[in-house]
Amino acid sequence: MLTDKTTTIESAIGQIGDGSIVMIGGFGVPGTPFCLIDELVRQGQTGLTIIKNDANETGTGIDHLLANGQVKKLIVTHIGLNPHAIQLMNENRLEVEFCAQGMLAERIRSAGAGLFGFLTDIGIETELAAGKTVVDFEGSPALIEKSLKADFALLHTHRADPFGNLTYAASALNFNPLMAMAADKVLVEVEELVALGDLLPNTIHTPGPFVDCVITLPELTKEYGVVQR
Amino acid sequence: MIRRAALEIQAGMVVNLGIGLPTKVINHISSDQPVCLHSENGIAGVGPVVPLEVADRNLIDAGGGYVSTLPGTAFFDSSVSFALVRRGRLDLTILGAFQVSMNGDLANWIIPGLFTPGAGGAIELAQKARRVAILTSHQDKHGRSKIVRECSLPLTAAACVDRVYTDMAVIDVIDGQMVLCEIAEGLAVDDVVAATDAPLQVPGTELPTF
Repeated sequence: MLTDKTTTIESAIGQIGDGSIVMIGGFGVPGTPFCLIDELVRQGQTGLTIIKNDANETGTGIDHLLANGQVKKLIVTHIGLNPHAIQLMNENRLEVEFCAQGMLAERIRSAGAGLFGFLTDIGIETELAAGKTVVDFEGSPALIEKSLKADFALLHTHRADPFGNLTYAASALNFNPLMAMAADKVLVEVEELVALGDLLPNTIHTPGPFVDCVITLPELTKEYGVVQR
Repeated sequence: MIRRAALEIQAGMVVNLGIGLPTKVINHISSDQPVCLHSENGIAGVGPVVPLEVADRNLIDAGGGYVSTLPGTAFFDSSVSFALVRRGRLDLTILGAFQVSMNGDLANWIIPGLFTPGAGGAIELAQKARRVAILTSHQDKHGRSKIVRECSLPLTAAACVDRVYTDMAVIDVIDGQMVLCEIAEGLAVDDVVAATDAPLQVPGTELPTF
């Protein structure tokens, strides 16, 4: 029998302390754990470093954390759909570290694989190379990209079992399975909790040993829906 | 020019279309053409854009448009998505530009102080796609040439561009030179040269129009 990791959203998010480094899954709406974010807003932890692909759109997702003054630093690839985040950055009220998208993914994956970092030529003649160590690799210059770990990962998954075996829907995969491997504590919100054994073993995207807390969503808020543009 | 750029896409290719103008190239690919579109957020075999009423809330492309699947579509995580790019499995990317220089440098992600959204996946697409085509207006909204001797804006990637499609011309980047290949119907070669900051090599033969 495998461990039952189901818990309440209040106790799961309650583990997060001020100043924590928090990875948050999602690329746009798909895969963003809006309910876990809402609970983090309600509890009000501050001084957070948030690692996420994007800053959602103004008025949704992690923008609530920004509006509530809970975020010290963002590590992201793109914030173009959130003018509020751009404004905070340009007014020096928010520190933003930009990564090339595949480099962010790989830094997270690398941490999740227990590695210190990797060598790459991506971004080598751009501003994104500033401050990074360049080494010679077999006659070519290469940047050292360091692995990126976090204290917590907040993830959204379509179906999961109580042990934390996870499957994601369509393009909601994105950063979720990578972040599931890279954080010390992995908190997952689930649309549909199924019994142990209901997920076919060879269809599981994230295996349960990476997951700490499973939170079943009573219902989806409107932020999960199709964005009406 | 979008129709002309669409001719870049050959049967069997794996292709990534950048956000903005390049996305519109999709409207000029015939549905029976065997092409695999890649999207950075983890899709190979991106299907057509669908109306919001029938959209799947979990299925967007990297530009946030609601798309669909095709027979054979695959989903994967962001690490696999960029492994595909860096490993050289992307035959072609068509990207937008703020500036393209004579040696194929591309600037398309930041205008310091004015436009600072972050690079997203552009750096890896520009640096690692096997062929990089640019689709852009020839001049910016102030009438300044985007085809320049040297980029003044921060680079996305150096020496990465193979060909540029604009509303005025098709230009190849070859060994640090810009070679005029085709011109838009109704324009003279001199019009294009006058509108271009970078020196253009003009072949002695009459140029095709598009």
